[in-house]
Amino acid sequence: MMELTVNGATSYCYTGGKPFDAAKPTVVFIHGVVNDHSVWILQSRYLANHGWNVLAVDLPGHCRSLGEAPSSVEEAALFIGALLDAAGVQKAALVGHSWGSLIALEAASRLKERITHLVLVGTAFPMKVSPVLIETSLNEPEKALTMINVFSRSTLAAPPSALGPGTWIYGLGMALGRRVLASNTKVNVFHRGFKACDSYTNGEAAIAQITCPVLFVLGAQDQMTLPKAAQTLIAKARASGKTVQVTHLPVGHHQMTEAPEETLSAIRDFLAN
Amino acid sequence: MPGYADPGFDTLALHAGAVPDATGARAVPIHLTTSFVFESSEHAQSLFNLERAGHVYSRISNPTNAVLEQRVAALEGGIGAIAVASGQAALHLSIATLMGAGSHIVASTALYGGSQNLLHYTMRRFGIDTTFVKPGDIDGWRAAIRPHTKLLFGETVGNPGLDVLDIPTISGIAHDAGVPLLVDSTLTSPWLMKPLALGADLVYHSATKFLSGHGTVIGGIVVDGGSFDWAKAYALTGKFSELAAPYDGFHNMNFSEESTVGAFLLRARREGLRDFGACMSPHTAWLILQGIETLSLRMTRHMSNTEKVVQFLASQPFVSRVGHPMLESHPSHALAQKLLPKGAGSVFSFDLKGTREQGKKFVETLKVFSHLANVGDCRSLVIHPASTTHFRMSDEALASAGITQGTIRLSIGLEDPDDLIDDLKRALRAAEKAGA
Repeated sequence: MMELTVNGATSYCYTGGKPFDAAKPTVVFIHGVVNDHSVWILQSRYLANHGWNVLAVDLPGHCRSLGEAPSSVEEAALFIGALLDAAGVQKAALVGHSWGSLIALEAASRLKERITHLVLVGTAFPMKVSPVLIETSLNEPEKALTMINVFSRSTLAAPPSALGPGTWIYGLGMALGRRVLASNTKVNVFHRGFKACDSYTNGEAAIAQITCPVLFVLGAQDQMTLPKAAQTLIAKARASGKTVQVTHLPVGHHQMTEAPEETLSAIRDFLAN
Repeated sequence: MPGYADPGFDTLALHAGAVPDATGARAVPIHLTTSFVFESSEHAQSLFNLERAGHVYSRISNPTNAVLEQRVAALEGGIGAIAVASGQAALHLSIATLMGAGSHIVASTALYGGSQNLLHYTMRRFGIDTTFVKPGDIDGWRAAIRPHTKLLFGETVGNPGLDVLDIPTISGIAHDAGVPLLVDSTLTSPWLMKPLALGADLVYHSATKFLSGHGTVIGGIVVDGGSFDWAKAYALTGKFSELAAPYDGFHNMNFSEESTVGAFLLRARREGLRDFGACMSPHTAWLILQGIETLSLRMTRHMSNTEKVVQFLASQPFVSRVGHPMLESHPSHALAQKLLPKGAGSVFSFDLKGTREQGKKFVETLKVFSHLANVGDCRSLVIHPASTTHFRMSDEALASAGITQGTIRLSIGLEDPDDLIDDLKRALRAAEKAGA
């Protein structure tokens, strides 16, 4: 693990069980709303043991990272740039899931050539969140956690994933959501994260401005970010001459636990090029 | 199975953890194999290093067992589970994952005799001390906690007196002290109570009982609620370095960093099953799964039969006491109404107005009830605790657990209730005559 001081606050990064090595290329994993670094454990450990520096970050105000929780995608993207600076990383690949995918996209558009690869997992633009869900995340977060947990899953029988065989990912999602919420006693990071997703408007401009290849990893049964909701970004990326890959997985919104092997393969193969 | 609502209990009991595999087999296949072929040396290395998920060796994990683990975790509302060789193995795995020599446990006095033995004698030999507290002595629980206490432990309903554990209160005491609450939920099953939702952090079952339900296999399973913050407790008290500090026995892994909410399961599987080896046979897992598929149907019948038998016994002049919380006379009646609205289980005890010899006559006269050392079977069972399950306990310890020399324990099965009552009626008459 690494603890970096970013914007005056301690930021936690899981490094996949390996020490940071400046000679290796770096990949940054960015989690979604009411998640933390632990959603990327398998992918992080694999890449850390196969030639990459891994920085799987807890966003500010989430779990092990201090600081003010970002209230917009743009603010979070600035944090990613500052994180790379704090780590002394000149170039990095960015991998984001859901809200994290928008943060990765916006950061890539701002950091331009510093970003070597962009991977958007479970993404959509615009990433509109229903008013009911936004309000529920504020006033009845436990109920809203249940709602997104159900919307995020496509199976009652997920394969072995981060905790190994015998993991009940519905329960895992609820417990992690509760823990992330409890980690910040000042701000409801659930509501703030959803508001940030809902209010982000720069997606099309951002995808046109990136200078690296982009991989979309989409869940065919995703009820949170429908695959068709990523088509605008895909079309815009192609229209602006980017190298675009799209991987469709037969799963829901939480690709990392419902299809851990396929998600890893897609990311690994993309980063290898 | 995408949907818009949380699946219900019966849907989970039938589907959680399993979908038809490539063969199309609808029932869960039994994977009777010790080991699993690696795709390559690189794949093998990745599996051993937890970079990729999958099965390596059936002592550590197995696809059939994984279905059972997901299913019980789903029914309990946990994040995952580990199936082991017995309920005793589940208790041992829980303790051994959380602590070592020099640690301390606070436990209920109302425990299964085997659990009492493990804590009172065997774990002490390994340097883990236990203070026993009556389950209803709330101040006693608080007062028993020491600086090196690592765990509070009790049964949902204490065996065999059916003292209901006040889980919301006891878990509050545990959490104030920065330690988790482990609950043995064997006698209630997830159909009657979900301890994790009431505040417990870890739950285990002797799956031998109601989960399998047919008296055919020995098995245990421990479920992690993912609620206890091991890293926070370690930062505040230095406890639980097993879960929140690098472990040189497994690549210097810090399990709390690997999984924010699943550190217990990671270490319990990667160390506990690897080193202690009390794994479950896949065939056993399959039989327990078969039982779970009808759990709610069976529990409904268990409870309706129990209600009739309890009412019958309570009306018999030769019976001095019936120890079931459905009766207002039971000390846990009010708590049971609150925590166990579907019933407080089908295992209970009662006392005959008679001698020890009359008690023996009663047991030996029964024909439908089977005289044996088990509970939670689909068949009705009877036993005399003082001479069997609790025979190692002193008179003082027996009294502390609410057991007398004349106590009879019943486990009410699924037979026609009239036949059960006829059987009991005949045995009561014979026992009464034996004293004449």
